[in-house]
Formats: sequence, C-alpha cells, structure tokens
Amino acid sequence: MNMRLTGLIRKEFLQIIRDPSSIAIAFLMPLILLLLFGYGVSLDSEHIPLGLVVEAPSADTSNFTAEFRESRYFETFAYANTRNAVRAMTAGKINAVIVLKQDFARQLRQPDGAPIQLILNGVDENTARIISGYVDGSFQNWLEHDAALRGIRSEIPVRIEQRIWFNSELRSRNFLVPGLIAVIMTLIGALLTALVMAREWERGTMEALLVTPVSMNEVILGKLIPYFLLGMGGLALSVAMALWLFEVPLRGSLWILLAASALFLITALGMGLLISSVAKNQFVAGQIAIIGTFLPAFILSGFIFDINSMPKIVQAITHVIAARYYVAILQTLFLAGDEWQVILPNAAALVLLAALFLGLTWRNTRKRLE
Amino acid sequence: MQETLTPALEASSLSKTFLAGGRRTTALDDVSFGVRHGIVTGLIGPDAAGKSTLMRLAAGLLIPDSGSIRVAGLDATRQSLEVQSSIGYMPQRFGLYEDLSVQENLDLYSDLQGVPIEDRPARHEELLGMAGLDPFRKRLAGKLSGGMKQKLGLACALVRQPSLLLLDEPTVGVDPVSRRELWSIVYRLVKERGTSVLLSTAYLDEAENCDEVILLHEGRLLAKGTPESLRVPMNGRVFAVKSDSLSKRSLQATLSRAPGVIDALIHGDHVRVVMESQSPPASRPDMQISPLLPRFEDSFVTLLKGPASPVHAITQGKPVSAMTGTVIELENLQRRFGDFYAVKNVSFSVSQGEVFGLLGANGAGKSTTFRMLCGLLPPSGGKLRVAGVDLRHAASKARAKIGYMSQKFSLYGNLSALENLRFFGAAYGLSGKTGTERIQWAMAEFSLSEVKDTVSGDLSLGYKQRLALACALMHQPDILFLDEPTSGVDPLARREFWRRINELAVRGVTVMVTTHFMEEAEYCDRLAIMASGEILKIGTPAEIKAGAKSENPSMEDAFVELIQARESA
Repeated sequence: MNMRLTGLIRKEFLQIIRDPSSIAIAFLMPLILLLLFGYGVSLDSEHIPLGLVVEAPSADTSNFTAEFRESRYFETFAYANTRNAVRAMTAGKINAVIVLKQDFARQLRQPDGAPIQLILNGVDENTARIISGYVDGSFQNWLEHDAALRGIRSEIPVRIEQRIWFNSELRSRNFLVPGLIAVIMTLIGALLTALVMAREWERGTMEALLVTPVSMNEVILGKLIPYFLLGMGGLALSVAMALWLFEVPLRGSLWILLAASALFLITALGMGLLISSVAKNQFVAGQIAIIGTFLPAFILSGFIFDINSMPKIVQAITHVIAARYYVAILQTLFLAGDEWQVILPNAAALVLLAALFLGLTWRNTRKRLE
Repeated sequence: MQETLTPALEASSLSKTFLAGGRRTTALDDVSFGVRHGIVTGLIGPDAAGKSTLMRLAAGLLIPDSGSIRVAGLDATRQSLEVQSSIGYMPQRFGLYEDLSVQENLDLYSDLQGVPIEDRPARHEELLGMAGLDPFRKRLAGKLSGGMKQKLGLACALVRQPSLLLLDEPTVGVDPVSRRELWSIVYRLVKERGTSVLLSTAYLDEAENCDEVILLHEGRLLAKGTPESLRVPMNGRVFAVKSDSLSKRSLQATLSRAPGVIDALIHGDHVRVVMESQSPPASRPDMQISPLLPRFEDSFVTLLKGPASPVHAITQGKPVSAMTGTVIELENLQRRFGDFYAVKNVSFSVSQGEVFGLLGANGAGKSTTFRMLCGLLPPSGGKLRVAGVDLRHAASKARAKIGYMSQKFSLYGNLSALENLRFFGAAYGLSGKTGTERIQWAMAEFSLSEVKDTVSGDLSLGYKQRLALACALMHQPDILFLDEPTSGVDPLARREFWRRINELAVRGVTVMVTTHFMEEAEYCDRLAIMASGEILKIGTPAEIKAGAKSENPSMEDAFVELIQARESA
C-alpha cells in the first residue's frame, strides 16, 4: 500500500481511539441496543394478568380454571364478582376477565353447552387477540379432555396439529437479535462515517488534505478501510452476544454470514460517504443519516414490522432500503440455514445498491471545495 | 534559468463567482498580477475582498469562471496534482487534527507529501525547533495555544520544502507576540531557502512587513507594488491636530467635515488627519498642527474613499445620559473555573461618558470580564457595581441600563431588519408609541429604511453591524458594551462605526469595548491591557505607550513589551 493511504488510515485509527463519540457509536450503542432488544423488548405474550370470576365454584370450574392458572402465558387473579373484576380491568391491573356463571356446571352437559363470558381490554389489540385465541383453544382442549375422561368420543371431526418451524419456541429474541445486527451495521457504516467525514469539512482539515498531492480515491479509501474494520468489529461483538448471551441458534455457515455482512457494510459505507459528499456539517449529516439510513433500517427492513403487511407504496419503498435484504439474509442464516434461494437474490440486490452508492460517491466527490 | 523567467504565481483576468442562496456573488472580478520569486508578497484586503478565494484557486481547490492562475508555469486548475506537489498551503484554521499529537500531525502530513522516511527525523527536528514546539511533540494539537497551533500548521505546510508557500490569514485570532514570531519564521524561510511566500491578511499594518503588496477590495485589484511605493504619494498629506478648547471627539467631528479632509481619526491625544493634497487643514487659533509620517492604512483609505463623503451627526435620541460620576466599578474581581482563574484581582473604574477599552489576546480574560459586567456570569469573588447597582443582587435592574453588542452581532438571521428591531425593542419592554418612535429613530439614524425588509442574514457585514448597534441602542442604555464589534469589517465601515460610538460618548453614554485591533485602542480614552486573567497596565493610550522602551512606540510595540516583560518575570 502506498505511503499516503497508510498515513490516512493510521490517522483515522488514532482519531477513533481518541474520540469517545466514535467508540460510543461503534461499541457502546450496539451493546445498549443488543441488551435492550435482547432482554427488554419482547413481542411474546407471557404472564398476561387475567381475572377469573367463578360465581359458583365446583369441581368442573376449578378443573377449567386450572388450565389458566398453570399456564405460563397467564397470571390469574380471582375476583368475587364481575363488578370488582371489571373495575380492576379499568384500572389496568388485568387485561381480560373470564366469568363462569352460576349455571356453568349445570349447563355444561346440556346439548348447547355452557357459555363462558370473556371480557377483553381491546386497547392493545394484539394482546387481546392472543388472549381470545388462547381462551378458545383452552376451552376446546378442556372439553375434549373432559369428554375423554368420561369415555365419550369427541364430536369434533377435524383437529389441527400445529408444528412450528425455524423458531420452534417462538422466542421473539431469535429473530430480533439477528435483525438488530443490520441496524448496528447501519449505525457504524452510514451514521459514523457520514459524521467523521463532515467533521473534516467542518474543522477545515479537509481543505488542508486536499491541497496535498493525495488523490480523491485515497481520501475515500482512507475512510472506507478503517470504518470497514470497525464495522466488522461491531459485527463480531453482535454475533458473539447473539450466540452466547442470547443463545440464538446459528444454523447457517459463519463464513456466509461474514461475507454477507461485509457486503452490507460496504453498502452502508457507500451511503455514509454519499451523505457526506452532500452534507458538509455534522448536524445535517447526522440528520440525513438518521432519517435516510438508521430509521429505515429499523422500521422498513422487516426487522420488527413484517414488510408483507405494509401498504403497497411503503412496500415499494423498502426495495431501496439495503437493510431489508440484509435482514432477510440474517434471519435465514440464523434460524433456517444456508438457503441459497433466499441468500443469492438478496445478496445480488446488495451488490447493486453498493455499486450505486459507491458509484454516486465517486462521481460526486471531486478534489475541489465546491 | 526558467525559474527566474516565470513568476512564482501568475493570475491573468481571473474571475470567480459563487451561487449562494439563489444569489450570485462575485468573489473575484478580472484580477491579474504576478508574484515574484523569493520574496514575501502580501495579499491585503478586508473581509470578503476575495483573498481566500484567490488562495484556493492557486491551490487548485476551486475552478475559475474565466481567466487562469498558474503556479511556477503550471495551470493550477488543470494540473492541480502537480501544483499541489510543489506548494505548501496553510488554510485559515491551520488544518490541524486536534485529536492528534504534534508529532502525529507532522507524520501524517509527511506521509501525504511523500517525504522519505529516512529524511524525516532531521526535517521534523528542524521544523519543530524553528516553531519552538520541540518540547511539545506528544501534546495533542487541540491543547496547544492559538499561536502554537499556527506555528504547527506552518510546520505541516513546510514538511516537504515547498517552492511556494500560501498562507491564508495566518495571523487571525493570534496574539501580537505570536504574530511577530510567525513573521520572523517566514522571513527566515525566504532568506535561507529562497521560498516564495504569498500571505493574505486583513490587518493593514502587516502590509508594512511585506516586500510587495497586492491590494484587493470587493474582488477587484486596487493596487500593487511595494508598501513604500504606495505610501510615497501620501507624504506630506498626514497631520496631527491638537486643540486646547475642543475635546478630541468634537475636534474629530469638526475636522472630518472640513474641506479637503479624507480621513480624520482619533489617535491617542491627537486627531490624525489625511488630506486630499499636501496642504494642512484650515487652521484655527486654538489648533496645533504638525506633520506626521504616512502609514499604509492612509493610502488604503485614500484609494478606497477618494474625496470626503458627507458626514451627519446623530441628531435624535436621548440628549445626555442621566448618569454622572463613576458608572462601572470593579474591585478585586475574580472568576474561577475549577482550579483555573480566568480573571483574577481585576480592579478598575469607568466614569460616565468615557470610552474604555479592554485589550488582550485570546484567552486573556476579556470575554469573561465582559460577561460578568453584563451580569451574564456571576463573579467568584470581589466587588462589581454597574450603573450604581451591585450585579450580585440586582442583575436584571442593571441590565435595563445596559446595551450589549457581541462579536457575532447576535441578530436573527432569518428575520428582516425591521423584525429584528421590533423583537429587540419588545425584549426591552418597549411597546406602543415608544416602541414605534424608537424603531423610526433607528431607521433614520442608521439609514436602515432601504433594507428594512431584507432578511438580516443577507445583509452585508457593514449593514449587519449597524443593525446590531441599533438593536443594542433601542432601549436608550446609559452603558454600551461592545465585544470585538469591528472584527471582520472593512476599514471604512470601521471608521463609520467609531464615528457613531464617539457621538454616543459625547452625549454621555459610557462605552466599554474589547478589541484586538491595536489601532482601535487609540480611539479609547483609557484602556486596560490584560493577559492571563490579570491587568498588566491601565491608562490613556499615551501613558501606555510611554512605558515602552522602544523609540516612538506603536500601541502594538507597547503591548508586546508588556507581555514579554511579564513572561520573563
């Protein structure tokens, strides 16, 4: 490598080591995001507070409520009457109330069956739907069980046998943590790079650089290489935490993961450099990087929100979001394995975007001040 | 030899415009000149004269609209890489990486300039020795003083022995002592290595240090030649005028309206007058007139201004300030930040109607003192009374009597001139009839009517400065605080500004001003010279200069001597 380029790279590393904000964005933010999403955010519904009102306790009712008391999805609270239970729900202490009426035991073995009253707090519609489905299922389950006990054949002709693939425990952590790696790489590749480049313009050091016999390619490479290495460091940290701290399985090959990540990182660096070729102060560069790369990686990549359930226009927009392709590759590699039919088209899209961003950067950056 | 035939730098019909905010501004307009080998050429002009644009064009950082610029025969635009390998360039903010140490900055620029590894130890030693930075190799550049940064920036520009050295305003924001050191380094380079130097500056007094000067004003070449050749036409046209009966401010006002006078400036105890021809101003019995040697600024102002323009005095407004006696009183004032004393044991007092200056380098404690005087920063110790009020207890009461204008003018850039006036009026509680009257007064007094609907961010520096002063005067303060009010403003606008300040002083307003222009210190009645948070000397300009050992000292000589005496003590 030539002297100018090594000089630039050495300088960049010295600056990274001495600037607390670079370290914070490259290592502290990923750590916080991973801990937050690994432990704090969970899309699973567990320990949902549930109110139970049993107007006339009997063997049947306690048999039925045991189904909920022993479930890990619910935490039950008994109330003497419906009014108290509803008051508790209004106060936000419980999310739903199940009422077993006076005549539950009597009606149970009538041809029409016994009614169960389920009152749901619909404010959080997701949780409400989960509770409703669960109560339905439990009731059917219990009826069958009860019938079997008494030697009567079930009258239900069809049964669903569920089998969940890829993430059999349905742990949301298993797909959040791999997706989060895309956000972290965007942070280092695009936000940090755009900021440090803008800082050179702001402090007037870029002007001094440009007057030396250094070429623009060397200036661009002098930023690309250090932040590529830094980004791969962030990747190593994230993958290590995913595998050993959060015990997310890695079913595909680590090498393909590294290759795909390197490809995405180059795309992200391309975005960062492109931003800094337009925005020459740190505030504007930071704003553009957050709105143009970081937030889309969060919201539009399929990392949390399913792309297929977005409106058509938004779906169309996600096609230019590089993180979308990387998230698809990540989730496949971690949870399914080396599925080339997913990896190849997504990787091809990343190659295209990387070429686009780097090409625009190269075209936009001239060794001039205007 | 080819070297002697082609100039070090040659501009021919060079023009450059910029598009900013939908408006095209001309930075350089048909400029042609040559820079000779082995001498120091000064590129001199006020802010926005086009100096930086010219420097950047020479370094190949900008493309001219028309015309060409050649460095040692190479086209700076088309052969910019070749040009960049042969020049050293120091941009305005020195281009240093503040989080890199002195040595690391030098290493980086050596890498970029391709200095062979084996040559470096000797070269670095030489440069650091010359800059006096050898003991500080490991110190981060961000932790150096302004003067040291400037010398390190220069060392970085010199790592590969350039044949042409471009220095873009190297002396801005640097104290006079460091300024002198820089000049001596530059002259050593020229003498020992035959380096050609092009140096831009807004300080007109630095022109005298150059072998040749190029005068730029508003993008146009005003004059070119040796400082001597520009000064000669002024011989016999500059006079010192004193009067027994008139105060120096009234004398200045009278003289500036007299026929044949181009420029009349207060200079310590006399008024310095520049005439259109070699005849002294019309004398009156109470005046003593004696001839003076011309300075470079005299020729500059004459070139710019030509015959005298009509001057009108501030007419309306409060006739005379209601206050008398001592208006500002400081006793052992201190301000501590942690273990560091930004201001220690500062004592002085200012009487009503006085113009009092605070002079000092960056970091001398001027701004901290100022902030305490305005009640923006509580003192850590000592007594402080402004307008008869103890600022520790009743800061807001005092503030109603204070007008404040800062270096950055503190205008709302996206409000129009009128809206700014309205806002500052309202902020001081002026409403209804009084408010309208004051706005009308400001419009008339500062000739702002024609720009009243212009967004203040688009105004020229001179207009901005006028508007800022108008805003500070909206509530008719008894005391006016001016924090480096004229930095970056051209000499003509500076003169107009001071004319207004003088008129305010005549009508009894007390004015307190900080400045780093040594000549502006001469406009003050008294001044205090500060360094490292302490006052080195207080007195009239004449008293301060009288303490200096050198013969016929300038204010800068006196200042530098005081600082050096303190450092050696």
